[in-house]
Amino acid sequence: MITVENLTKSFQGVNALNGVTLDVESGTVLGVVGPSGAGKSTLARCVALLERPDSGAIRVDGTDITSLDGSALRAARRQIGVVPQGDSLLRQRTAAGNVALPLESAGVPGPQRRTRVGELLDLVGLTDKATAYPDQLSGGQRQRIAVARALAANPSVLLADEPTSALDPETTGSVLTVLDRARAELGVTVLVVTHDMGVVRKICDDVAVLEQGRVVEHGKVLDLVGNAGSRTSSALLPAVDLNPINESAYDRVADVVLVGFAAVGALLPEAAHRFGVELNIVGGGLTRLGETPVARFRLGLNGERSDSALEWIGEAGGAVQRSLKGPQGVAA
Amino acid sequence: MRSATPWSDVISYLVEATGETLYMVGVSTVIATVLGVPVGVWLQLTAKGGLRPNTAVHRVLGFVTDLGRSMPFIVLLVALTSVTRLIVGGSIGSTAVIVPLAVGAIPFVGRLVQNILSEVHVTVVEAAITTGASTLKIVRSVLIRESLPALINAIGVTVIALIGYSAMAGVIGGGGLGDLAIREGYQRFNDRVLWSTVAWLAVLTTVIQLGFTRAARAADRRRHASV
Repeated sequence: MITVENLTKSFQGVNALNGVTLDVESGTVLGVVGPSGAGKSTLARCVALLERPDSGAIRVDGTDITSLDGSALRAARRQIGVVPQGDSLLRQRTAAGNVALPLESAGVPGPQRRTRVGELLDLVGLTDKATAYPDQLSGGQRQRIAVARALAANPSVLLADEPTSALDPETTGSVLTVLDRARAELGVTVLVVTHDMGVVRKICDDVAVLEQGRVVEHGKVLDLVGNAGSRTSSALLPAVDLNPINESAYDRVADVVLVGFAAVGALLPEAAHRFGVELNIVGGGLTRLGETPVARFRLGLNGERSDSALEWIGEAGGAVQRSLKGPQGVAA
Repeated sequence: MRSATPWSDVISYLVEATGETLYMVGVSTVIATVLGVPVGVWLQLTAKGGLRPNTAVHRVLGFVTDLGRSMPFIVLLVALTSVTRLIVGGSIGSTAVIVPLAVGAIPFVGRLVQNILSEVHVTVVEAAITTGASTLKIVRSVLIRESLPALINAIGVTVIALIGYSAMAGVIGGGGLGDLAIREGYQRFNDRVLWSTVAWLAVLTTVIQLGFTRAARAADRRRHASV
């Protein structure tokens, strides 16, 4: 696992990082998102040990790696596999040769090196491209080779800096699949720095939102989406207010977020049945976060026990985000 | 007016002079490469944004390098006489010319190499750093290997430049093609030798240039690109 504690870094008086604190559980994927200039790249470069933070600590399995030098620093670097932003492969080496680079640095002998390179090319699905040179590969294939290279020396943490920024949607999928597989099959802890919420949607367990060098939101994606005001929910969930609705047609109007198959499939019909209310979906929709279906609906309810029905939905695991028209509205 | 030198003599002159030129240029190129490449690597390592940035070392090294490059070869040739005597035990002849040739070429190679190494993209170098590679490993496997085709071309450029410099070897009795053209061809009004030498130099440099271009292409894996 990796933890970042109170990291600060400034360049010529400009604070790029203002005390960033994060942690990523072993075997999970954290997405660090935020607008341009939020400090994502600086954070990535600090974690990659290419930049030394002004203060704070980065711990991999408990050990602070920010103040190391010489061979200890090089050993720490092998603990963190890095997929750099942009084209980073050696153009004069084959795909296999590129994957072998960290193993050469680690002094792994030839035969073992070849075995390991074979395993990694298999993991990223490019066994048939072993002898191809980077110029013969597509952008997505090059990026998958970069992932294989990052994983070669068996790091405990994999850091990917904008791994999909230059790719089309289809290739993006193949690169994300490879990152996800690295987590699933190798148990590696993954930290993805990205401006693309699609990456969070597809592979992240946790998300951290960076703004002006600070973490303004950090938690499990599936928890944050149930939180009405969170940036994660507004970025990832279907919009509920695309169609104007006639509020006077309903006794109550509320937004609910439902997470998981059971909730999405059964909660609303059951609420309607239990409380004898008419329950209409008047806005919103269904999406998928990783493997989990997630819905955000705007509901229009009619019936005496509408408030009880909403309360029950909340207790049964749905997040009732706001009562657009409720008791307060009646009182006013 | 005396009769023209027989062609058989012209050819034997050319053969002998070519041998001297290739000897002087060949040995000094090897020395300049062996010593000049490290100078170029050192310049690049200590440059701003290099692997071991060190402004002071970079400036001093850069100053010495540029000083060496600004020195006219003919001046170097006579100025280094005592050094040459110390190294090769004499101050005239082809072997004696090798010392100033090599000394003149080291800074030349150094700057060429630095320029070439600085072209290796920073992302590629940083990617290698994150693999835990040592500086030596990065210099060898990344900087030099990635620029090998360009480096081979640079050595070719050096060889051609040294052939030019070696024309002045006659000043200290070094012989060679330039000396043949000047002393036998120009000063003794022997047009046949002069123009034969000129033509032969053109052929020789073209062939050498071609050889290095081929070698550079052979070393470049990117040529396999299918796109």
